[in-house]
Amino acid sequence: METDRYVIKQISIFSENRPGRLAAIAKALTEENINILAFSIAEADGFGVVRALVDKPKLAYDKLTGLGFNVAFTDVIAVKMRESPGGLYEIAKMLANVQINIEYSYAYTGKEGGVLILRVDDADQAVRLITSLGATLLESRVFQ
Amino acid sequence: MFWNEKTETLKKKDLETIQLKRLKKTIAQVQNVAFYRNAFRQAGIIPGSIRTLDDVRRVPFTRKQDLRDGYPFGFFAVPLSKVVRIHTTSGTTGKPTVVGYTRKDLDTWAELIARNLTMVGLKEGDIFQNMVNYGMFTGGLGFHYGAEKIGLTVIPSATGNTRRQIEMIQDFGVTAIHCTPSYAMHLAEIAEEMQADLPTLKTGLFGAEPWSDSMRKELEKKLGVTAYDSYGISELFGPGVAFECEERNGLHIWHDCYLVEIIDPATGEVVGDGERGELVVTPLAKEAMPLLRYRTGDITMKLEDGCLCGRSQKIGRITGRSDDMLVIRGINVFPSQIEHVLLKIPEVGNQFMVYVDRINHLDEMTIDVEINRSFFSGELQDLARIQKKVVKELRDALELRTTVRLVEPGTLPRFEGKAKRVIDRRGAS
Repeated sequence: METDRYVIKQISIFSENRPGRLAAIAKALTEENINILAFSIAEADGFGVVRALVDKPKLAYDKLTGLGFNVAFTDVIAVKMRESPGGLYEIAKMLANVQINIEYSYAYTGKEGGVLILRVDDADQAVRLITSLGATLLESRVFQ
Repeated sequence: MFWNEKTETLKKKDLETIQLKRLKKTIAQVQNVAFYRNAFRQAGIIPGSIRTLDDVRRVPFTRKQDLRDGYPFGFFAVPLSKVVRIHTTSGTTGKPTVVGYTRKDLDTWAELIARNLTMVGLKEGDIFQNMVNYGMFTGGLGFHYGAEKIGLTVIPSATGNTRRQIEMIQDFGVTAIHCTPSYAMHLAEIAEEMQADLPTLKTGLFGAEPWSDSMRKELEKKLGVTAYDSYGISELFGPGVAFECEERNGLHIWHDCYLVEIIDPATGEVVGDGERGELVVTPLAKEAMPLLRYRTGDITMKLEDGCLCGRSQKIGRITGRSDDMLVIRGINVFPSQIEHVLLKIPEVGNQFMVYVDRINHLDEMTIDVEINRSFFSGELQDLARIQKKVVKELRDALELRTTVRLVEPGTLPRFEGKAKRVIDRRGAS
């Protein structure tokens, strides 16, 4: 099975924990007319990583790097969730049953309905397992 | 190779005999200087009571500020008519200081440069481009006369016009250069830009500012030279005080001309061999401007005796200035130690800032360091792991717990002149 089309390029941006950093990132993306589909911030001791799904990841990478930001691509996958009570439980239970460990995750509701973004150890294997269980993964072209 | 093998390889006992004889002469010579007459009187010392080398420890230190207070000629021990040259210090840490030389001083100085150049294998037939300031700075003329003395073909190119410097190296077949390490780096970059090959170059003598071993590797690779560290300060003639031999593992300081002590800059107490501290020198062969126990402000240590080259005890390469020293919870810390630790950790850059605060009566040191762009994986836990690694390496080297903050690449201040990397806020609150 071809799993590549389900692997989405998230951009991960190193950021010091101080006022104005998120604004600087958002401004840069605005200038390039890049749409942010989902994002989250992970925070540690004095610094953090801003994670974002954008419609033009390569352009976002070049723009932010050009401004001096430290940016990396991270492979994530997106699982469709039923948009009613119990939607997350269905997916989470399924992942637990097949022993897929989630490194981190964030979610949004868009025109595709509820979407759960997952960072897992082995994206290929996760794609195979999740589709075999009948859940729906969103292809990367939906975003990018 | 030796310029003056007998003196350079003197046995300890013979060396000490010469040192003591010259120390006594110097003690007599400084009596011509009002500052020293007063210092002896106040300390209750009679010149004749200095009978051993260790007796010098009874004499108070001479500081840079004392020399400034003596501006312009207050420290000359001979009539001005006997002073054949005047230089001033580069003034990196304050007002310039005046230094004077008799004809014999200039001979002694050239002799020391001759020893250094011969020690690194230069001899008649070598073509030497001296790319330092030839004005009031001691580096230009100091090296110039020593190089002529051993018969090098000297090109007094001084500083500036880097492209022309590179052309001269090529056109004249220059084999050895002398400049500051930062200028050498600039030269290498311009040569790369010009796509200029420098096949005749083999020896690089770099001094007047501290430089690291990683910089040495970089310069050697870019310029195709073997790089040697040169140490000197104007108050001790200028360059030539100490120099690396072909072992390139510490600086040979010329003990027949300089009596060396290493002290704890905070207490003034002499420290043991292998312990880091401030270099204090009593020059033994200066006529115009003799000094006693001069505090150089430079941080080094006495190394183990014995070098494969046969010369006597070395001091470590200079790793910073005593004015930069911090006392954190009673432990002496030099910013250069932090730099050394960071150089060994590829995941972070070499720039850093240190903040010192007193929180609940305890000193706390915080170090900002840049993440190395190419080591950012996008994962938070990798960053946390790098942060922990830096904390651990610093604790091992400094024996201190520190707080390390990872900052974005390129955000810490870059310093062109003297770096100001420490902000001590303990006195502020």
